[in-house]
Amino acid sequence: MTRTSPSKRRRQRLVLTTRFVVLSLASLLSIGPLVYMALISFKENAYSLTGPADLTSGTYSLANYAQAWTAGGLGVSFLNSLGVALLTMVAVVLLGSMMAYAFARFDFPGRRIAFALIVFELMVPAIMLVIPQFVLAKSLHLLDNRMGLLLIYIGTNLAFNTFLLYGFFRGIPAELDEAMRIDGAGAWRRYWQLALPLARPALATAAIFSFLGSWDEYVWAMTIITDPTKRTLPLAIALFSGAHATNWGLTFAASVIALVPVLVVFFLFQRQLVGGITAGALKS
Amino acid sequence: MLDTQVTATRLPARRRPRRSWRSPAYAFLLPGFAVFTLVMVYPTAQALLISLQRWSVSPYQPSKFIGLANYATAMRDPIFWRSLANAGVYAGVTVPGQLILGLLCAVALKAAIPGRTAFRIMVYIPVITSWVVVSILFKYLFQTDGGLVNFLLHDVAAVVPANIDWLNSRWLAMAAICALGVWKGVGWTMLIFLAALQAVPDSLYEAAAVDGAGSAKQFWHVTLPSIRRTMVFVMIMLVIGAFNVFISVSLMTDGGPADQTQVPLTYLYRQAFDFLDFGYGSAIAFMLTAVIVAFSALQFRFQGADEESAA
Repeated sequence: MTRTSPSKRRRQRLVLTTRFVVLSLASLLSIGPLVYMALISFKENAYSLTGPADLTSGTYSLANYAQAWTAGGLGVSFLNSLGVALLTMVAVVLLGSMMAYAFARFDFPGRRIAFALIVFELMVPAIMLVIPQFVLAKSLHLLDNRMGLLLIYIGTNLAFNTFLLYGFFRGIPAELDEAMRIDGAGAWRRYWQLALPLARPALATAAIFSFLGSWDEYVWAMTIITDPTKRTLPLAIALFSGAHATNWGLTFAASVIALVPVLVVFFLFQRQLVGGITAGALKS
Repeated sequence: MLDTQVTATRLPARRRPRRSWRSPAYAFLLPGFAVFTLVMVYPTAQALLISLQRWSVSPYQPSKFIGLANYATAMRDPIFWRSLANAGVYAGVTVPGQLILGLLCAVALKAAIPGRTAFRIMVYIPVITSWVVVSILFKYLFQTDGGLVNFLLHDVAAVVPANIDWLNSRWLAMAAICALGVWKGVGWTMLIFLAALQAVPDSLYEAAAVDGAGSAKQFWHVTLPSIRRTMVFVMIMLVIGAFNVFISVSLMTDGGPADQTQVPLTYLYRQAFDFLDFGYGSAIAFMLTAVIVAFSALQFRFQGADEESAA
């Protein structure tokens, strides 16, 4: 390997080009299918769509969206998803931050075992619990009931978000807490006026995770909801593709409707999300 | 509540609140923990109990305790073993696939390059899409007639003589399901690896360069050893994720044709909610949970996260 300047520069350019090609290809493969889906969602009468070649012919319009939203009942599903996801988010952030605060700032009998249970349940896969949760929901008369969705979503999202917030609360210097305590502030005031404001970025992360965890949830909703007016979006989309087996335009219009809020949240809160995702992975 | 507050003000010098049954911590803990116990802890115990019974769905017929019979059934059930093998194949393909492609993207993204943020976001977007949406999308892409994949392979590149019937045989369908798994997961591994790569001190590379190591050697002797821990973390998480594969299989093939592409979760779901055999479904769930918890415990131990923070 010669160390002369021109060859070195040539090699540097080669490396840069290679990186560019790799990244362009990866990006294309990543968003290509989604772009394709979006294109088809604007195609009228995708019943008769026989192949990708047809994308260049025919008309593009919002007809699928209008039809999915009204005739397909997607508007109702959208509201169901939004309501359940927002309530899950509020409950998880509030209850999770309270639990995290208890673990981070107090020592009390039962603390270790309670924390160990949370860590243990983090490892238990959600679908493993679907059978006993079904039995539970049945005995609570929560089958085919949006409250049944809400209760399970809150419970299943609590462990992870408590763990996430616990890590953050631990990072807040205990001296601040101590100082407020000496000034006579009770535990609630310290939680409300000190811990929560300082943890705002972590709370945003937990809010997003719990919102998305509920917004995208499919298996539990599929298991307990049968009434069309109680369906959430993932359920509606899955049934859509079954009921209108060949109408891909309609199915994909519904998919785009479900996807857009997620993308918006992602772009708005990119930084918090990335922080939350890489947290824990980088302890090395 | 109140009296602890008083104690706290009276004894300002105490470093930590007293370890007591009257700790205000319980007021913070209880509401959330009650929900958590009801929805997670109780069902976990219940799963084990159900798996030991011939569970009766009807409230008028008592369930019968049958010990380990459901587990014995699984041991003799060829479809259960096939579902495990399919999950193994899925892990065997998607874990290395996501590791290698994610690392490749991370390495390409590490140094400054025009459009870096845009590239990162685009590769990450599949991660945040919903499994339901992309499973239906991939089912469409892998359709025999009119699917984009066959269009590219047959009509454009002409590397196959006829359209491939992707979703109607075991291995081709598994290939399509694996393609979705890798596609959806690369962004996550990339992001984790990118963060790990950026934590490697530049001085290590400089020292290697002074010693005459080229980029390949630097990658092998500096980069890989430095991110080894992250690598193991990612691998364990991916293996856990692979054995959790469910929605993509459920929506792309529903375990078919003729149970050829069942994975443990689709199979237990079928047993429970199509055949109403809750006991058998729970037995499969419990065995799989045991494996996954073992893997997770490995990861927690590896991270030394006994009671440490995640952030």
